[in-house]
Amino acid sequence: MGGSWSVAALFWLAVTASSMTAYAAGSPPEPIAELAPFVVTDGIIAEPLQGRIGDAVRGRAIVANRQLGLCLLCHSAPIPEERFQGNLSGNLAGIGSRASAGQLRMRLVDARQLNPSTIMPSYYRVNKLTRVTPAQQGRTIFSAQQIEDVVAYLLTLRDDRGALASDAIRRIRSPATENK
Amino acid sequence: MVFIWLLPATFAAIGTEACAAEEAANKAGNKITDSRKSGYDFMSASTQALQNDDSQNPAMLWVKDGEALWGREAGKDKKSCASCHGAAPKSMRGVAARYPAIEKKTRRPINLQQRINLCQKDHQHAAPFAPETQEMLRIESYVGMQSRGLAITPPRDARLAAFTQKGKVQFEQRMGQLDLSCADCHDNHAGKKLGGATIPEAHPTAYPLYRLEWQSLGSVERRLRNCMSGVRAEPYPYGAPEFVELELYLAARAAGMKLETPGVRP
Ligand code: HEC
Ligand code: HEC
Ligand code: HEC
Repeated sequence: MGGSWSVAALFWLAVTASSMTAYAAGSPPEPIAELAPFVVTDGIIAEPLQGRIGDAVRGRAIVANRQLGLCLLCHSAPIPEERFQGNLSGNLAGIGSRASAGQLRMRLVDARQLNPSTIMPSYYRVNKLTRVTPAQQGRTIFSAQQIEDVVAYLLTLRDDRGALASDAIRRIRSPATENK
Repeated sequence: MVFIWLLPATFAAIGTEACAAEEAANKAGNKITDSRKSGYDFMSASTQALQNDDSQNPAMLWVKDGEALWGREAGKDKKSCASCHGAAPKSMRGVAARYPAIEKKTRRPINLQQRINLCQKDHQHAAPFAPETQEMLRIESYVGMQSRGLAITPPRDARLAAFTQKGKVQFEQRMGQLDLSCADCHDNHAGKKLGGATIPEAHPTAYPLYRLEWQSLGSVERRLRNCMSGVRAEPYPYGAPEFVELELYLAARAAGMKLETPGVRP
C-alpha cells in the first residue's frame, strides 16, 4: 500500500500495519476449523474457552497493546503509561466489580449477541464478516487463551479498594500457567 | 483609496459564494442550521495554521509542480492541457467541485483523476498518469485548487442517483475483521477520540491533501484505503467503481461545504 507509518503508533491505523507483528508476539489466533465451541446461556458464557486458565498479567499487556487488544482505541482503562486512550465508550476501571467472568467472556467473544448495533468488535467470531483482508480471513481477533487472559485481567479491576489489583493478579495466576 | 475599492468587491465575492453554499446546503436538506464540520474544524490550531498559509502549506509544492505540468506538452500532437483548456484559473474554476460526474461515452461516473486520464488518452494521446503517482497528485491538486472556496456541488444528473445510492449502502455496510461501517465512526461517533485521533465527519473537502502521517500529498482514495485497512478490510483498488460510488455519496453528504484544496490533515 505504500506510505509511511512512522508516526502511526499514535493512531488507530497502526492496527493493520502491526497486526502481524502483534500476532507473532502472542499466540496466533486459530483458523476457523479450530474455533473452540462455547455455550451461551442468558447472555453469559460460563465456561472458560477450551478450559483454559487466564493470566491477568498477560491480559493487562494485551489490553494495553492497541494493535493487539484495540481496547484503548475506544475505552480508557487504569493503564496510566498508555496515553491517547479513546472515549467512544466508558472507562474499564471497576469493571471487575460490575461484571462476572461469564458476562465478560460473552462481551469479548461476541458483543453483537448482546447488542447487535454495538461498535465493539467480536473478538472470537469469524462468520458474517465482509471483505476481511486475506491475512485475517478465518482468524479470530483473539485466541481462546487471549480471551481468558483478558477476562482474568478485567476481573482484577475492582472498585472495592480492599482487593488490591496486584493481590487479585496473584490469586488468579494459577500454578498451571506459572509452570508453562 | 485602493482599499476603499477593494473592500466592497471582496465582500461581494464572499457574499456570492456564501449564497451558493447556502443554496446547495438547502438542497441537501440542511435547511436552517448547517452543523456539518470539515475535518479542518477538528484539527489543532497549529495544523490549521499550516493549511491557512500557502507559504507554509506543504501541499503547495505539488500545486506548483502541477502548474508546470499543465503547460507541458505530451503525446504525438505535442499538446499540453493548456493548449486546449487555456488558463486553468479560468477554465478549471468549479470543475473539481462537481466531480465525480457522468462520463458521456460510458454513461458511468468517473472521478477527477479518471477525467484527467481520459484527456491524456483520448485528447493528448499520451500515457496516462497512474493513480496516486506524484505526477497525478500534482496535476490533480493544481486542477483542484482552482475550486478552492467554492461549494461542493454534485451535478444535477438523474443518472448519478443509482450510483450515489450504492455509495450510501457501502458507507453503511459493516466490513473487515473489526466489522465496522464508515457510518459507525463518521455518522455516529464523529468528534469522539479513537485512541489519539479525533474522528472527523468524513467530508471530502480538501483533497488531494497533505497528510502529516503520510508526509506526502494523497488522494481521497488513499484516505479511504487507510480507513478500510484500519478495520482490517481489504481495500478496493484505486479507481474501483466502489470507490467512485463512495466518493459520490461523500460529495452528496458534503454538498454545499466549501472546498479547501489543497488541505492539510493530521
Ligand atoms: C471499536 C470500539 C471498541 C473496542 C475496540 C472495544 N470496545 Fe468494549 N465497548 C465498546 C462500546 C461502545 C461499549 C458499550 C456497550 C455496547 O455498545 O454494547 C463497550 C462495552 C464494553 C464492556 C462492558 C462495559 C460495561 O460497563 O458493562 C466491556 C467490559 C468492554 N467493552 C471491554 C472491552 C475490552 C476488554 C476491549 C479490548 C479487548 C474492548 N472492550 C474493545 C466499544 C469498544
Ligand atoms: C473505526 C473508525 C473509522 C471507520 C470505520 C472509518 N473511518 Fe474514516 N476516519 C477515521 C479517523 C479516526 C479519521 C481521521 C484520520 C486520523 O487522524 O487517523 C478518518 C478520516 C476519514 C476521512 C478524511 C476526512 C478529512 O477531513 O479529510 C474520510 C473521507 C473518511 N475517513 C472516510 C471513511 C470511509 C468512506 C469509511 C468506510 C469505508 C471510513 N472512513 C471508515 C475513522 C474511521
Ligand atoms: C486536445 C484537447 C485537450 C487536451 C490536450 C486536454 N483536454 Fe481536458 N478536455 C478536453 C475536452 C474536449 C473536454 C470535454 C470532455 C470531452 O469531451 O472529453 C475536456 C475535459 C476536461 C476536464 C473536465 C472538465 C469539466 O468541466 O468537467 C478536465 C478536468 C480536463 N479536461 C483536464 C485536462 C488536463 C489536466 C489535461 C492535461 C493533462 C487536459 N485536460 C488535456 C480536451 C482536452
